[in-house]
Amino acid sequence: MNLRLDFGVVLERWPLFLDGAWMTLQLAVLATLFGFALGALCAVGRRSGPPWLAKLCGGYVEAIRNTPLLVQIFLVYFGLASLGFSLSAFTVAALALTINVGAYTTEIMRAGFDSIPRGQLEAGECLGLSQRQVYWHVLLLPAMERVYPALTSQFVLLMLASSVTSQISAEELTAVANYIQSDTYRAFESYITVALFYLALSFVMRLGFWGLGLVLFPRRRRLGTPL
Amino acid sequence: MSQPLPSSAAPVVSLRDVHKSFGSLKVLDGVSFEVPRGEVMAIIGRSGSGKSTALRCIDRLETIESGEIIVCGHRVSDPKLPLRALRLDVGIVFQSYNLFPHLTIEENICLAPVTVKGKRRAEARETARRVLGQVGLGDKLDSYPEQLSGGQQQRAAIARSLAMEPQVMLFDEVTSALDPELTGEVLRVIEQLAAGGMTMVMVTHEMGFARRVADRIVFMHQGKVWETGPAGILDAPETAELRQFVGSGL
Repeated sequence: MNLRLDFGVVLERWPLFLDGAWMTLQLAVLATLFGFALGALCAVGRRSGPPWLAKLCGGYVEAIRNTPLLVQIFLVYFGLASLGFSLSAFTVAALALTINVGAYTTEIMRAGFDSIPRGQLEAGECLGLSQRQVYWHVLLLPAMERVYPALTSQFVLLMLASSVTSQISAEELTAVANYIQSDTYRAFESYITVALFYLALSFVMRLGFWGLGLVLFPRRRRLGTPL
Repeated sequence: MSQPLPSSAAPVVSLRDVHKSFGSLKVLDGVSFEVPRGEVMAIIGRSGSGKSTALRCIDRLETIESGEIIVCGHRVSDPKLPLRALRLDVGIVFQSYNLFPHLTIEENICLAPVTVKGKRRAEARETARRVLGQVGLGDKLDSYPEQLSGGQQQRAAIARSLAMEPQVMLFDEVTSALDPELTGEVLRVIEQLAAGGMTMVMVTHEMGFARRVADRIVFMHQGKVWETGPAGILDAPETAELRQFVGSGL
């Protein structure tokens, strides 16, 4: 075995990696924000909506969780194109990732809502809160706090899965690695470098979620006990 | 029909021939009683006699199959009743406290006055301070529920209800999860409320307390109001069932 690594030609293209990392991060943040909103709403719809809405949300979750992400991306990409919309690869990637992570978030948030004892809901209702206010003030944060580790793992997973969007030439990290390895013939070095970038991004995201947790869950910050 | 009725002499709570089943199990089998303004009613009876269900029907936590329930002029038995209006007039305290664990005691108390009544935050805080003082927890504003003992949590829950200034308070076995000492501190708070003229309906296992505080006792058995009258009926029961219930309870 004769392994010779030469990072020189790869690393001198570092601005490309930075651009790719930036796009990956943007995709992750956008899909996390919108995916969470979508998932939380669908979880509410599935639990408390009229039957047609509950079915619709359920159908969405099952359709997404039982098909490959890459196929979903192609469906959004070619689907929108054949409907006459010409969107950038970035927009399509962000959209597809949002739809994807929204389905997983729905299930996680549903578990969170289901974990709240019925008495909490009744207490809220008996104080005169509307159903919407009960969800917002009584259920949402405790539910989130309970499933926070599962939620954040899902969002980190989403960031890693965004590498698949290189297939529709969104110029994120993996696409950059593809390009550089074909340019330099240094495939192994290119993908080692990009893997390290993903590691760093994961670390940044986890750090961000840790900090966000401190802001969102002041009780946990002050008492340090699980809910 | 959901407009409050004008008469001031009307009872605050009135149940007439109320029926309810859970599946094939008949829980309420023609229950009727009335609670006039300013009175304290204690509902007693064995587990499964329907007393908690009767109480929960008053606040429409359960729906009924037939009969009529009117609370503070709201026709609770009407399926189209706007619930918010009813719940503004009725306060309820549960056996399991049901404080919101992610909020401080002050936030627990301010939540409904701010979001439901639209009070300003400063005003709601003032109310929180006042009602917490009333239940002897003036120093617990910034604590989280889990930092309080069971008795303190239950008193905080009572304060949370009081902050909404209800016309009637319902207590659903509020001391059943507490040891005798903590039970005592909660009962003292309820007794003060009674002395202050609050209309109350309480489901309780505390016979001594019921005897001392209640103006009227309702003994439920097999989903029916088996015997009812002033607290004296506990000392001289007419029915064998109440005699046995009181005797076993000591």
